[in-house]
Amino acid sequence: MISIFINDKPYKVEAGQTIMQAADKLGFHIPRLCYHPKLSIEGACRVCIVEVVGMRNYVASCAYPVSEGMKIYTNTEEIRRARRDIVELILDNHPEDCHTCERDGNCELQRLAFAMGIRKRHFEGEKKHYEKDLSSASVIRDPDKCILCGRCVRICSEIQKVNALGYAHRGFKTVVMPAYNMPFKDSVCTTCGQCINVCPTASFIEKNFTQELFQKLGDKSLIKVAQIAPSVRAAIGEAFALEPGRQLEKELTAALRKLGFDYVFDTQFSADLTIMEEASEFLERFQGKGKLPMITSCSSAWMKCLEQFYPDLIGNVSTCKSPMSMASALIKSYFAKKINADPKKILSVACMCCTAKKYEALRPELMVDGMQATDIVVTTRELAWMIKSAGIDLLHIKGEDFDHPLGYSSGAGTIFGVTGGVMEAAIRTAYELYTGETLLDIEIQDIRGFKGIKEGKLVIDGKEIRVAVAHGLGNANEILNTIRKDPQRYHFVEIMGCPGGCIGGGGQPYAGSNSLPLDEECLKKRAEALYGLDRNKTIRRSHENPDVQRLYKEFLGRPLSAMSHKLLHTHYSPKYPPGIIPAELSAK
Amino acid sequence: MIAEDDEKITELKTFMREAKTKEHPDSQLISILHKAQELYGYLSQDAMTEVAKEMNIPTAHIWGVATFYHYFNLKPKGKHSISVCLGTACYVKGAEEILNAIRGELKIDFGQTSTDNLFTLQEARCLGACGLAPVIMIDDKIYGSLTPKKALEIIKSYKK
Repeated sequence: MISIFINDKPYKVEAGQTIMQAADKLGFHIPRLCYHPKLSIEGACRVCIVEVVGMRNYVASCAYPVSEGMKIYTNTEEIRRARRDIVELILDNHPEDCHTCERDGNCELQRLAFAMGIRKRHFEGEKKHYEKDLSSASVIRDPDKCILCGRCVRICSEIQKVNALGYAHRGFKTVVMPAYNMPFKDSVCTTCGQCINVCPTASFIEKNFTQELFQKLGDKSLIKVAQIAPSVRAAIGEAFALEPGRQLEKELTAALRKLGFDYVFDTQFSADLTIMEEASEFLERFQGKGKLPMITSCSSAWMKCLEQFYPDLIGNVSTCKSPMSMASALIKSYFAKKINADPKKILSVACMCCTAKKYEALRPELMVDGMQATDIVVTTRELAWMIKSAGIDLLHIKGEDFDHPLGYSSGAGTIFGVTGGVMEAAIRTAYELYTGETLLDIEIQDIRGFKGIKEGKLVIDGKEIRVAVAHGLGNANEILNTIRKDPQRYHFVEIMGCPGGCIGGGGQPYAGSNSLPLDEECLKKRAEALYGLDRNKTIRRSHENPDVQRLYKEFLGRPLSAMSHKLLHTHYSPKYPPGIIPAELSAK
Repeated sequence: MIAEDDEKITELKTFMREAKTKEHPDSQLISILHKAQELYGYLSQDAMTEVAKEMNIPTAHIWGVATFYHYFNLKPKGKHSISVCLGTACYVKGAEEILNAIRGELKIDFGQTSTDNLFTLQEARCLGACGLAPVIMIDDKIYGSLTPKKALEIIKSYKK
């Protein structure tokens, strides 16, 4: 412990931390912009400057370590003015279009300008004029709004290890862009959308489908069908100013009907179905028919990453489609038949926590009878906006249940949204399919939680099965390198593209004014919302879902049948350009 | 794509393999890009992608370095480089008129290459031949005491 003074008051703090870290713990919130606790320190924005007695200049508190006897001032008149000037200088070449901007109301720059007391613009700087990159199916890049804080570059390289983004050119002309300024769609971007989550402004936003969806919802000739991913219900409340952790499953179902959907289904149903197929596929491979370890295939960002960064491991990945695409395939086949409708007249809409699902929906290999299976994907954010825009009172609405036959789910389907959930759900079912006995201890703690890589072991019929779970593509890289070196190490591996799994998806609500993007406490609460739903269900194993059983009886036959393969399985192939992961980073 | 049997790529790869034996191979990037430009005259996407693969450095990062330094050319250069001196002496002796004449003739601006790939136009700040002002330099040859008409005649002679 060392002694420091902040604003003339003495404090004892741990040595070896930055001024900002020490101040945070003491309840001083120094304003900041480019800083993010999960990312390396950039020191680019200079908003977090403080005065340190004896120093010639103000120092960036995010980057400067505390030392014995240090006298720090965080809030003098001069510091306040200097900080305000810095924010004003950031604003001076920022477009003045707040009221028509996608991030109006949840922009960190806007909040900061307000907190700095900027009521008038003193500087008029040159504005930037670049074209928006609209090429990606998921993510829009708008350099005009970029303030060069570098969070996107850092999350893409440090957390995701995708390195799709970098700074190009210099000085005022610096732009964050993919290599060779190529369109986003031709880059190594996995469309995970984490750049959107951490961007303080609207320089990265999702490709918005709300207007198109509103229009189609008004089309009386269409049968409008929605599905909701588990993580949407666990997070959408935050977009309505609720504390994280309150799930709104029934309210959402009612709201979607009020928006004009004729049927509201649950992606958790098809998650159960995924487990039936995936657990069966695993057991086949485990008994010698196919490559091990088997790696899960639910996460769309991970699938694009696989094709560009790890084409050598395609054979290890399950052929199962994602739960979204399984549900969509059934909506346009099984369900269409059930209601005696022309599948071409069905509008299949997926409400997802994910931006990569927009890309997945367009994959040609997922077409069903020549039709795109998922017509529109909207993120949690887009859905929240639609609900507000339509004047639906989500928080006071009377809850409703999902429709049959694709709406009932077990607790196993629910926990798909959290890292480790797919593995846990698969184990619950695989154990019983293999041994014929029911697994009693179904909450598998080893693979829960937010550690980057989790490992577990279980014994099925005297045989040891080694499993591993990774969330975030950077952690995935570590596991995949292990698999390349030691293919025998694991039998079954779950990979999710986003930190925390789908609950931390690129389409989830923006952080509120007291929170940070991808705050782990918030992720924990979202996870707890899903674990709570699981605990409160009587049926917690996918194979016990009566609607899944009926689907097999009436339509699919059995897991891995010809019909299952036609509708529920797919394939992957190497894609260009190939991704490169620097060895230096992967060694960390 | 760069052909496998391209002699230049073999030389570049040898250079990179050597760089990899050094203590911080990733800090060798600039010298590798210099080598690539020396071999090809500019940094093509293909060349940068080769560097990315061999050195295990993401292309977005290489692009950042290549665009940061003005020394690196991202487009192929013409057969001849024309440097128009805009230093003080040349400027007062009418360098701007010479420059405008060349711009008009070749339809290019500084840093650009004519469509026939013969000429790349560059700006120079005093070539140390003030007594001959205004001057231009084509490749390594200086032409002085120019008028716009003379300058165009000289350029014409390079087209043959």
